[in-house]
Amino acid sequence: MTATRTEAPPIAPTRLAATDLDLLLLIRHFELALLDMFGRGELNGTTHTCLGQEYVPVALRPLLGDDDFVFSNHRGHGHYLARFNDPHGLLAEVMGREGAVCQGVGGSQHILRDRYLSTGVQGESVPVAAGVALHLKRTEPGRLALVYLGDGTWGEGAVYEALNMAALWGLPLLLVVENNGIAQSTPTVAQLAGSIGGRARAFGVDHLRVTSTDTEVVRAALTPVLRRVRERSTPYVVELLTHRVGPHSKGDDSRRPEEIAYARAHDWYARYAQAYPEQFGVHDERQRAYVAQVVADVAGRPASDWAEADRG
Amino acid sequence: MAERVVENLNQALHGLLADDPALTVLGEDLVDPYGGAFKVTRGLSARWPDRVLSTPLSEGGIVGVAGGLALAGQSAIVEIMFSDFVALAFDQILNFASKSTAMYGRRVPMRLVVRCPSGGNRGYGPTHSQSPLKHFVGIPGLSLHEVSPFHDNRAVLAGMLATGRPGLLFEDKVLYTNRMYADGVVDELFRYDLIGPDADVARVRVDEEEQADCVLVVPGGLAARAVAVARELLLRDDIVCQVLVPSRLWPLDADTLLPPIARAGRVVVAEESTAGGTWGAELAQVVHRRLWGALRAPVRLVHSADSVIPTAAHLERTVLVQDTDIRQAVKEVVSGD
Repeated sequence: MTATRTEAPPIAPTRLAATDLDLLLLIRHFELALLDMFGRGELNGTTHTCLGQEYVPVALRPLLGDDDFVFSNHRGHGHYLARFNDPHGLLAEVMGREGAVCQGVGGSQHILRDRYLSTGVQGESVPVAAGVALHLKRTEPGRLALVYLGDGTWGEGAVYEALNMAALWGLPLLLVVENNGIAQSTPTVAQLAGSIGGRARAFGVDHLRVTSTDTEVVRAALTPVLRRVRERSTPYVVELLTHRVGPHSKGDDSRRPEEIAYARAHDWYARYAQAYPEQFGVHDERQRAYVAQVVADVAGRPASDWAEADRG
Repeated sequence: MAERVVENLNQALHGLLADDPALTVLGEDLVDPYGGAFKVTRGLSARWPDRVLSTPLSEGGIVGVAGGLALAGQSAIVEIMFSDFVALAFDQILNFASKSTAMYGRRVPMRLVVRCPSGGNRGYGPTHSQSPLKHFVGIPGLSLHEVSPFHDNRAVLAGMLATGRPGLLFEDKVLYTNRMYADGVVDELFRYDLIGPDADVARVRVDEEEQADCVLVVPGGLAARAVAVARELLLRDDIVCQVLVPSRLWPLDADTLLPPIARAGRVVVAEESTAGGTWGAELAQVVHRRLWGALRAPVRLVHSADSVIPTAAHLERTVLVQDTDIRQAVKEVVSGD
């Protein structure tokens, strides 16, 4: 069954606790710094920023425990920072510097730390997370495996194979879909037939659609969902209608100006700044300065080392 | 009389499940009373209903689930019903399981074996008879093994899991019904022993005879064909062949294979797959590079024809490697024709 929580963009977003606001702004400035460094040619390869989507992992942060597994994807910096609050380790990973959380081998898209993992292949981690959920159900009831995925990933068959097994076997598997309306450059309407809710329903899996970008509203909507997944050991699909404010990766945004403007108009950042200018200004400046300091610190480090013994 | 290969595999799985409470076996139609398409998993679910799971038809999904169990520190063995279908799990093997051992900058154990009933000569037709091993050769972090009548499968499977690296175990479907060899005896003419650091390579030779005219290197599924050829060549043509059957095909254990090949100076490598980017071709280049001065003839490869595999027995025989193909190759290498 599908439920929808439709919240028009509130005129005044909910006032946030300092920790939530700091985390949101840390992710925002981290991503802006990455794009800035790419623009200057200081980074290798590619990266996918979550500008506009920061509130999703921040809303989920207090709902997850260290013993829950989180599977992230190509657009995972916010997911990582919300879980570990470790911009140094992540930036060192992206830059291949000492202190990199995966020695610079994985880079932006491939990170494993404790019970957090990201990979760069769409949909691949959903069956893997189902396997982990099977293990948790057997040995650590009450824990869950959460997978972040985008709307584009629903074109991959692996998602459906995993949903089928998760529903048949009653696995504590939570799919958090960050539906930002665009898969790289292809609009969702051109790549997804039917709806994500309809697809979840086909497997008898519950689905909740949340349209708000307000951290507190999203958190309130998701709290009973996670409780249900834990208590009943059942899969669940949560679909968040969100807005990708930045490009797909570095500078590749082919959307029309009005589409970009629409995404910007729904961006939590500007609306929060307008609603609580004094609180926002202090935190924003602090996190901007903090990220600048992280960048200076990590950029000054020597290159990361990948020891022979660690090469698998 | 020695047990059949399928019984050996079945007992191996029973033993592993008994030894390791962290092991899960999963695949399509494994659960009793059916017990798997080839009955390798017969009786397992009755003893361990929670750890032997029948799954939907979802090869990619179930290898992914097994990868998740391995990631969580558990062990998993997946049965692919016919090895042709392992193509559907290629992403999970190539991009998840094998890479996860190293791509996070540190060694991550992945105790995962994917069992693949493979090969032809049983009339299953084009999509149920292939030997897809070659498509997995050379993937970093992945090992490739093949069941043989010389190697005890409990040791093979336990060894694969113990490496902490994912592996594929290919199982020739004809071999299932053959009997295991035991006690170093092949027949009244040939003996075998297991050589190499892990006793991984079975060496079949004329009793007490060290020197051979030619060495035949084959995976387990071709072992019976190679032994039959060696026997016939000895009796009819007075050609002495030694047969080497490695359990692990990749990574190559060249250090164990090369000395016997160097002594003979002639080698034929036979495999049932089609030619092109194969295990045998990799072995041939290693032999040429390291034994160039000791070779009396170029390495000879034997493959199945570049063809789909027909269903009708008389047509299937024209495509897949048969005893006559191997015998002809050895005679040509030995006589220099």
